[in-house]
Amino acid sequence: MIKIHVNGDILEISENATLSELAKHMSLEGKLYAIEVNEDIVPRSEHPQFSLNENDIIEVVQAIGGG
Amino acid sequence: MTVDTKKDQLLTIAGKTYQSRLLVGTGKYKDMAETKSAIEMSGAEIVTVAVRRTNIGQNADEPNLLDVISPDKYTILPNTAGCYTAKDAVRTCRLARELLNGHDLVKLEVLGDQKTLYPDVTETLSAAETLINDGFKVMVYTTDDPLIAKRLEDMGCVAVMPLGAPIGSGLGIRNPYNIRMILENAKVPILVDAGVGTASDASIAMELGCDGVLMNTAIAAAKDPVLMARAMRFAVESGRDAYVAGRMPRKLYASASSPMDGLII
Repeated sequence: MIKIHVNGDILEISENATLSELAKHMSLEGKLYAIEVNEDIVPRSEHPQFSLNENDIIEVVQAIGGG
Repeated sequence: MTVDTKKDQLLTIAGKTYQSRLLVGTGKYKDMAETKSAIEMSGAEIVTVAVRRTNIGQNADEPNLLDVISPDKYTILPNTAGCYTAKDAVRTCRLARELLNGHDLVKLEVLGDQKTLYPDVTETLSAAETLINDGFKVMVYTTDDPLIAKRLEDMGCVAVMPLGAPIGSGLGIRNPYNIRMILENAKVPILVDAGVGTASDASIAMELGCDGVLMNTAIAAAKDPVLMARAMRFAVESGRDAYVAGRMPRKLYASASSPMDGLII
């Protein structure tokens, strides 16, 4: 297992887990979201191949109500 | 009798035309059902959203805003609300573009402080430049300073959106003369963003000649948001028609509406 930071919280996830697997873990399948790893956006098309590393800082965002 | 509405041109922003000149936000509603009803009732075609962290697992069954306000039906306008630096605003816009599959129309707002939510103009100018160079179509929230509005237009912003009054204040159009000065010099759409409290405020903005009005709290914080959404739709339409029709000149003294000929006395 490795520790990663997701939206400010620490999450343990299996080694070599991909962004797609993280999205599935967060029940985001089929939703519109965007992911940044260490302040760089990772395009959705690259999520299935993108492996996570120990201490990666990840932001997962979606659209919510706002003015 | 039919009204010749062809006299008026449609609102065009970044090459796309819209029937409605009312733009609405999606914040502060009681729930998704009320959000959906109010936005439908408003007739708005451009709808703002915020970009925020998803929660980690909890409330996974809660409906997603974009399931209710579909990007297939509405032009989604992601905002940078809550950003106090150019860097954060640019970062938020890039996330929004990825989130919305490359959609590059954004509402840029960089705020100065939490009490006034007044735009930080220097950070706004800096963020606008970066975003425009990065291919974004920027609708920019700013102060009602005519020189800054012109500068943002000259930089390449697709619409300039001066405040009527502070965000969420409902104080109305505090400086109509500045809005008029901005309008006189503008070649891109000018929309009043923020400050509208009730229907007459929206009409005033449109009667001044604004191309549109963007609002959120005035509808969402009304006792009956769906009814207020309808009021705002009509207020924007009425104000626009009055502007295009051209108001009568003001006169100090009366001018009788009924003829003097044929009086019985």
